[in-house]
Amino acid sequence: MSSALSTANLKGWRRSGMAFDPDDVRKDFPILGQRVHGKPLVYLDNAATTQKPQAVLDALNYYYRAGNANVHRGIHLLSERATTQYEGARAKVKHFINASHNDEIIFVRGTTEAINLVAQTYGRKSVKAGDEIVISTMEHHSNIVPWQILCEESGAMLRVIPINDAGELVIDEYKKILTERTRIVAITHVSNALGTINPVKEMAELAHQWGAVVVVDGAQAVPHMAVDVKELACDFYAFSGHKLFGPTGVGVLYGRAALLEAMPPYQTGGSMINSVSFERTTYSAPPQKFEAGTPNIAGVIGLGAAIDYVSEIGMEAISRYEHELLMHATEALSAIKEVRIIGDARKKACLISFVLAGVHPHDVGTILDHEGVATRSGHHCAMPLMARLGLPATVRASLAFYNTKEEAEALARAVLRALEVFR
Amino acid sequence: MSDLRELYQEVILDHSRRPQNFRKLATANRRAEGYNPLCGDQITIYVELDDKNDIVRDVGFEGSGCASSKAAGSMMTASLKGRTKAETQELFQQVHAMLMGSSSGADTEKLGKLMVLAGVREFPSRVKCATLCWHALAAALKRDAVQISTE
Repeated sequence: MSSALSTANLKGWRRSGMAFDPDDVRKDFPILGQRVHGKPLVYLDNAATTQKPQAVLDALNYYYRAGNANVHRGIHLLSERATTQYEGARAKVKHFINASHNDEIIFVRGTTEAINLVAQTYGRKSVKAGDEIVISTMEHHSNIVPWQILCEESGAMLRVIPINDAGELVIDEYKKILTERTRIVAITHVSNALGTINPVKEMAELAHQWGAVVVVDGAQAVPHMAVDVKELACDFYAFSGHKLFGPTGVGVLYGRAALLEAMPPYQTGGSMINSVSFERTTYSAPPQKFEAGTPNIAGVIGLGAAIDYVSEIGMEAISRYEHELLMHATEALSAIKEVRIIGDARKKACLISFVLAGVHPHDVGTILDHEGVATRSGHHCAMPLMARLGLPATVRASLAFYNTKEEAEALARAVLRALEVFR
Repeated sequence: MSDLRELYQEVILDHSRRPQNFRKLATANRRAEGYNPLCGDQITIYVELDDKNDIVRDVGFEGSGCASSKAAGSMMTASLKGRTKAETQELFQQVHAMLMGSSSGADTEKLGKLMVLAGVREFPSRVKCATLCWHALAAALKRDAVQISTE
């Protein structure tokens, strides 16, 4: 774990998937070297968006400087090259989440669009009055509202899995909610507000016993752990590129091939048709059926570069390191008696939500910022969860593999500073 | 750090710890809620308005929010009693000008003690915290007061 390792050694060492040196990987992220308010930047808002390694910046730059062309249509070299890179990124995603076919990977704008796509195509076709859609108390608004709208349109009912005080789903209650009326179970893999890792595999198996389809919001999971959609046995899996060290405006919807084939299209227009006449239009097969219009080509290529980057470090190594980091940060914050950590699930990603006695989360956020520590304060787009917790807001420190133990300690020092300002 | 001290001056912290008029007003005949969906701050304003003379007799507020939003509510309510509706609207405009740093400038004389909130101007993400109570007040003074939001 010495930072004195040479770059040459590091290359091989990274590929070993054993461990990595966070001080060294930080050098790959130009943005992390800056100072804010005169203090070194401690970026702990990774659940909102992650920073981008040089490899991703280079991929975007190279694409626009040397490779820009539209995909899937031009009969010229640049177009063929862009198409190869774009489809190459699809293959990378397929491999990254262990899907069965490249065609199961649909590029969208982000997790939000992915979930809306499922709700408005699969959902509209298969959910009828009297059916039920199951979500949980800890969902992000983007995994609540699309289902609410679908329920309004179809006459289906929304059922909500409760949580316990540790911030874990109550699986016994979930079992009671499942019935032959359950059509869709839509759950988050990792809570964006608490860090809880949900037992998606077990929940998917239970849902399948009732013939329901399982949609997983993986936005907060893919940056922190190896995700295997076959192992999880889910039917749909959604995530965002920008939370995985890639560009904004690109995301992925994985869908099981048989489901995607039977689904009606989402947006319609160019790129997604076989033939169009004024009498009849036939659609392309997935994934093109769901990718109408010119896609975010640069974004997709950038996402491919981000996947290459984290794969080289190794998701298992990232998970292991982040667990250590979480323990360290939890310990540092717990040592401050005014801190109350919200959510202590047995399985947690590297994220800590907390409140500070006597100081409102927004004031904490502003003071932390002045100490160079970027966090998020608020309801984290999970207002039903906040209502369940009886809190208007929390401070959220969300870490990534490029954060260090020293930064966790800087967070704790900044929290002490907030207490000092309000003393 | 100087601007942080500006935001969290002792007088602001005092107001936020012990806000004045932080209560539901039994005599209120106007009420409105203010809500900031970005941060979850929520405030309810109660006004006892003398309808005949359009004068604010009493005003109170309740809710949850950060130090700036509580202090702003405390200072606002403390500055309104006995003012006419038109005067409160004029004061809101002055507060708005002060917090947005508009070129026309705010009238420091008219603002008086409220000038202490000027430091919030340096924190764009926090300006809404300090204006939420004023937006709620404006809504409460309309006859058909409904829930309002700063968005």
